[in-house]
Amino acid sequence: MRKSSENENWTTVIKPHNGLFEVNLKEIWDYRDLLTLFVKRDITVQYKQTVLGPLWWLIQPALTVIMYMVVFGGIAGIPTDGVPQPLFYLGGVCMWQYFADCLTKTSNTFVTNANVFGKVYFPRLIMPMANVTSNLVRFGIQFGLFVVVYIYYAIIGMAPSPNWYFLLFPLLVVMMAGLALGFGIVISSLTTKYRDLQILFTFVVQLWMYGTPIVYPLSQVAGKKVLGMDLETIMCLNPVTPVIETFKYGALSAGEFIGWGWLAYSLGFTLVVLAFGILIFNKVQKSFMDTV
Amino acid sequence: MPTAIEFNNIGKQYRLGLVSTRTLSHDLNRWWQTAVLHKEDPYLKIGSVNDRSTVADSEYVWALKDINFKVEQGDVVGIIGKNGAGKSTLLKLLSRVTGPTTGTIKARGRIGSLLEVGTGFHPEMTGRENIFMNGAILGMTKAEISRKLDEIVDFSGCERYIDTPVKRYSSGMMVRLGFAVAAHLDPEILVVDEVLAVGDAEFQKKAIGKMKDVSQGQGRTVLFVSHNMGSVRSLCTKGVLLEKGQVKFMGGIIETIDEYLVADTLSGEKIVDLISNCKEGVAIKKIFVNGSQSTRLTLTSDGLDMHIKILGVLQNAQKLSLEMQVSDAAGVPVMLYSKNYGDSPIFPAGEFDIDEIVRLPKGMMAGPYCVDIYLTNSTVEGIVDIPRAFILEIADCVSPSGYSLSYKNNQGYMYLS
Repeated sequence: MRKSSENENWTTVIKPHNGLFEVNLKEIWDYRDLLTLFVKRDITVQYKQTVLGPLWWLIQPALTVIMYMVVFGGIAGIPTDGVPQPLFYLGGVCMWQYFADCLTKTSNTFVTNANVFGKVYFPRLIMPMANVTSNLVRFGIQFGLFVVVYIYYAIIGMAPSPNWYFLLFPLLVVMMAGLALGFGIVISSLTTKYRDLQILFTFVVQLWMYGTPIVYPLSQVAGKKVLGMDLETIMCLNPVTPVIETFKYGALSAGEFIGWGWLAYSLGFTLVVLAFGILIFNKVQKSFMDTV
Repeated sequence: MPTAIEFNNIGKQYRLGLVSTRTLSHDLNRWWQTAVLHKEDPYLKIGSVNDRSTVADSEYVWALKDINFKVEQGDVVGIIGKNGAGKSTLLKLLSRVTGPTTGTIKARGRIGSLLEVGTGFHPEMTGRENIFMNGAILGMTKAEISRKLDEIVDFSGCERYIDTPVKRYSSGMMVRLGFAVAAHLDPEILVVDEVLAVGDAEFQKKAIGKMKDVSQGQGRTVLFVSHNMGSVRSLCTKGVLLEKGQVKFMGGIIETIDEYLVADTLSGEKIVDLISNCKEGVAIKKIFVNGSQSTRLTLTSDGLDMHIKILGVLQNAQKLSLEMQVSDAAGVPVMLYSKNYGDSPIFPAGEFDIDEIVRLPKGMMAGPYCVDIYLTNSTVEGIVDIPRAFILEIADCVSPSGYSLSYKNNQGYMYLS
């Protein structure tokens, strides 16, 4: 029999089940080089063998904004709280696109990486973390476009003035990332076994955008009622709404500040969904290879 | 030597068939029993042993069950067994690709696993970029890879193409590059699946040589799975034989290979039970080797005769001749016996018996050999096939000065004196 003192210097112990919140942060830190490599790969590989290359990052939101200007601004005639249409849509599109990209890519973590996960071990959480980071780079570039358009409007004297709430911007981006990561890893954990969710999910993301004030201002729904409930309250229950609204108010003075209460609600929601996501991810990562 | 890896009661259960709506109902039932009622998982109690060829009687199967063994530091362990015996599952558990259903594995030191060559290679990235990517996936840091970059490129022999996207590489070059990265990973415990069976002859030699360096020179622990008994024998010091998901034998590598060979043959008690193919209208009743129907035969150097007697019945007249092939433990053919090669005599319908004495050459090296028996219409067709019909053990081969010789010591098959 082994002596107990000798038992203590095992460096790796593989057991059937992990503790609920047993996230090995040191291990993730040890693999930080892998994280940066994944981020670099995501960014460089995306537009290899294209003529326009990274320009696509700017063309995509520009085209989307033009489309929104025609459909929602022109045909449907939805107002934009007095903000020039390109600015209003571009701000919303940048923010939403970041959220949606993080969410969809994270939710496919297990399915798209099955071949790598099936052959070698590294902390699985690296993958969704790399997604969120590489999308952040992309978001930064697209946000640069927003700044350029903003400066243009400032020069011609039509830009709405930003206010102090804009200082919340870094927090807002972190909250978007947290929400996307949290929801994404919950979905990714569930899709390993039940692929139904994957199909359902692409549809849900599309609907979600219309449930968030991206192409219309929240002020448009004020006072409206659905089934006897205040529509504005229902929309604010969507944790993305307070984030988007705060951003629009801070950067463009569009509408009015949504209130600290809703922002705190959104932050709380983010933390809960993130914790829940890590919990379920931890449980699934051990044996997902057998079901994926 | 301290223990490097310890397997404690390891089991791995898989579900058979497709993931379907029944998965959901089983999941719900499992959750109800374990989380709400606090009972044992109802599906862990059932499940049949891992036997590929029989029809399953349960929806669950234990790919591995009750695996208990220890590996000492510096051991090079060959894991052998038939297809589906659980070898790769064992390596997967150790590589933490998937978790065990029961039991624990404890290990000392970094585990580097090589279940596939070139994991994570991206076709659009250059060879150099992929070295970094692959190295990081295997657990190396950027600094470590930069330090070894020249060595890796040199080992792979792909200098010329190192800045070309790997999608332009030939598959062999891809493998070379992948192995080169993995070979320079310096884990205390190296887990290798049959990845050496790729690349050209020169590279295979290089790869085996590198593995030997790692295990013998640097005292690392290696677990190696392969079907190539030759490379297992030359590389490993210890062996673990898996059968139907359980450890059948553990010991020195040569004993383990012998055991594997014997276990493979002794699935029937008599030679007649091992007939794998028999032409219609031909029935074999009994087969005797030196008067015994047993699948094991031991000969000493002063009696190297095999007396083969086969009794059977023919429905129609048939050309028949006896052929035998003697192979070594790794399955390499060594000798062929065929008295009537190219011209088989005709046997009339009804009962027949073949009675021949096969004289083995003097100076045959000691060791276990495997003998296949065939009845053929010589060059035309096989009538009865009995692969691995019996194990022939040559007990001793001694030089005049009294030293014993065996092919297992790489001394060849014949001793000339």
